[in-house]
Amino acid sequence: MLDLINVSYDTLIPNNVGLSSDKRVLKALQKWHPGYINWWNDLIPQNFQESLVYLRTAVSVDPKGWAKFDYVKMPDYRWGVLLAPQVEDRRIPCGEHAGKPAWQEVPGEYRNMLKRLIVIQGDTEPASVEQQRFLALTAPSLYDMRNLFQVNVEEGRHLWAMVYLLHKYFGADGREEADDLLRRSSGSEEAPRMLGAFNEETPDWLSFFMFTYFTDRDGKMQLESLAQSGFDPMSRTCRFMLTEEAHHMFVGETGVGRTIERTCQVMLENGITDPFDIAKIRDLGVIDLPAIQKKLNLHYTLSLDLFGQEVSTNAANAFNAGIKGRYQEHRIDDDHLLTSDTYMVWDLEDGKAVRKEVPALTAINMRLRDDYTRDAAGGVGRWNKIIQKSGIEFELKLPHESFNRQIGVFAGHNFDPDGQVVSGAEYDAGAPTWLPTKADGDFIQSLMTQVTEPGKYAGWIAAPKVGIDNKPGDFEYVKLHMA
Amino acid sequence: MTAPFKQHLIDPEICIRCYTCEMTCPIEAITHDDTNVVVDPDKCDDCMACIPVCPTGSIDEWRVVETAYTLEEQFSWEELPAQAELSGGADAGKDAPVDDPVAALLAEAHSGVGGKPRAPASATKPQVNTYTIGKPVTAVVQGNYRLTAEGADTDIRHIILSFEGKPFPVLEGQTIGILPPGLDGAGKAHLPRLYSVSSPRDGERAGYHNVSLTVKRDEGGICSNYLCDLNKGDSVQVTGPFGSTFLMPEDPAARLLMICTGTGSAPMRAFTMHRQRAAAGGSGDMTMFFGARTPESLPYFGPLKKVPKSVLKQHLVFSRIEGTAKEYVQDRMMAEQDAVADLLADPATHIYICGLRGMEEGVEQALTNIAESIGQPWIALREVMREEGRYHVETY
Repeated sequence: MLDLINVSYDTLIPNNVGLSSDKRVLKALQKWHPGYINWWNDLIPQNFQESLVYLRTAVSVDPKGWAKFDYVKMPDYRWGVLLAPQVEDRRIPCGEHAGKPAWQEVPGEYRNMLKRLIVIQGDTEPASVEQQRFLALTAPSLYDMRNLFQVNVEEGRHLWAMVYLLHKYFGADGREEADDLLRRSSGSEEAPRMLGAFNEETPDWLSFFMFTYFTDRDGKMQLESLAQSGFDPMSRTCRFMLTEEAHHMFVGETGVGRTIERTCQVMLENGITDPFDIAKIRDLGVIDLPAIQKKLNLHYTLSLDLFGQEVSTNAANAFNAGIKGRYQEHRIDDDHLLTSDTYMVWDLEDGKAVRKEVPALTAINMRLRDDYTRDAAGGVGRWNKIIQKSGIEFELKLPHESFNRQIGVFAGHNFDPDGQVVSGAEYDAGAPTWLPTKADGDFIQSLMTQVTEPGKYAGWIAAPKVGIDNKPGDFEYVKLHMA
Repeated sequence: MTAPFKQHLIDPEICIRCYTCEMTCPIEAITHDDTNVVVDPDKCDDCMACIPVCPTGSIDEWRVVETAYTLEEQFSWEELPAQAELSGGADAGKDAPVDDPVAALLAEAHSGVGGKPRAPASATKPQVNTYTIGKPVTAVVQGNYRLTAEGADTDIRHIILSFEGKPFPVLEGQTIGILPPGLDGAGKAHLPRLYSVSSPRDGERAGYHNVSLTVKRDEGGICSNYLCDLNKGDSVQVTGPFGSTFLMPEDPAARLLMICTGTGSAPMRAFTMHRQRAAAGGSGDMTMFFGARTPESLPYFGPLKKVPKSVLKQHLVFSRIEGTAKEYVQDRMMAEQDAVADLLADPATHIYICGLRGMEEGVEQALTNIAESIGQPWIALREVMREEGRYHVETY
């Protein structure tokens, strides 16, 4: 019998989908594989490719087997195709086909819609690795370097996951799309990545942490809703990816938290209680809390744009088709059809932001964005606890959803972070206190120096509370290759 | 009030609320509100499925409690409470099913088995908690012999305790608790230290129902020094016996693969003696991989040499012999991989691993390699063996 829990290594591509007996797809993937390896090798600086990194690899998709830790050189990482176990008699969870058996093959009428969703998701995965390619050069510790690489190899694996779906279910079109995923490149003039936020640079580690906290969280929400798909292979792929995505959330939340912790600690040690005493704080080599708030404002709002238009017929169609569900669809207690329900969405009335009731079916994006905001607010609360504990009076907060938006009803209008309409002149005057300035970026950049002694951390960031895989504080998470 | 038990908790200061544990839990014992992710003590059955999926390590927190922290209490936490002092009390022993922190210690020792440990199907039903902290039994020292050579780098003792006619029904593989006299730094009585018995069920001397322990003197160890310094005739306060899974199969056809280091040999000695005395003449054999630094520091080196190969195939492995490459149990297992593979493939085989926690990784790796060589993914095989009560780990 086919073993669908444990990862099989009988082909070049580790998998739990019986690739060795699926010659067509195996051949297609083997053909795609060298391009992927080239992409990876061109991307990450050579001495890191040669280094031994303490990484987590899945050896099976059940809870016991998926967190196996060991040293590995990244190019030897076993990127593979891993699907969560099939749920017996799974049903389409929502839309007009709700209650019918989940599709094991692509339903013809939804082929294009499905392909597009897979390509968009797939495009973000390699993009973030591209955005983060130089960060290891300024890693504040071996621990952080290892976490970066773990995120990178898993984003690589997520690309594999999407490419598998394209090859397996979409024939020649799928192969072409898979090739294009390697052709496009983050920030490229000719062939940029598909979504705006994935063409921005990740210039420093605070940006990286903010990115993993806010932008990867959009990824998590998208995966959550694709995990609800009536197309079962998609659902199983995304369910497994979510377990990995949780690590990225962890890197983001603890990274920002440790930055805050260190700032507060150094402020107290030097008798500074005013968080706005910025010059003094920066002289001590830590990032002032107002600068952290500005970074938060930027990354949160960029990520909100990823959810698309508040009212969207595309999203309604995908939901109604049963291709994409809502966040935790299976735990929502309603008819899962939304034919007569309504939902409150943001709109503009007389230039002001107001909440309006619209048919729930058209508000799928907005609902997911609301779930995202709730999820993102939790971590901000925990960051504030760190500040509170130190006794410094400062509170981080998520800016209003209307602030700094390029997509949706608020695009092209000027709002301040509290959601108040402001004039162009007021906006320009406020912007340097709301969003990171070039000077802020330069300052943060000036702190970015690589620390490679095990157990040591750059001065701007605190050590983590617990090690990865319960390792002690001075564990050598990356054995650097010295050329 | 219930008897003390080990409650599974999540550290709210470390947890990032990704809810991966909640999604993974097969019985929906994990839940969350707007502040915390919590484990329902009425539902959780310690299956451990949530432990490896947690990206933060916050999931691996346990407190021994008399009354479980409620969901409401857990929701209100900003940080985990410290381990509370237990009353350990006067009446706790009445017919308490579990003897407080001992359960926690044993669960920890057995955690390497990778799931809920289960007793072999043919094991004798053990008695547990006959004596408790509140109501221990007094044993008398019958003998205290040094097992390691004078001048060896470790002092390991063979200590024989007599219960003077009081009942103390114990099976091979079970542990007993020793209560060292005196108070700890906080002025409280010491908690019991657990030792695996090295004698079989009918006694160190057959029919006498006395019990032997294998004790290594640890520098600064309160209980090990107390035990190692005991003289014949001294009295000792004992609790237990404890443990209902690390037991031997009674089926004479069962084959035993025993892997141990140092004092981890104690239960293996008990198993071997029980089989020898039973002289069952069954088809089952016993194979032992036993590691120590040197022959001088290997407990029972002399007596072991007298056990015939037909009863016990022995691989004594040494890691500190001058002029010889270091060899660990896992190295010898790889060298003997055909024999080990033969055992792994046989559904009559029971595996026992006992020793320092550090040995687990190497042994796991060797078993993984050998299982793979016969086309069996080790994790899957281990699951089957554990579920059937054929895979046992006790490390400390």
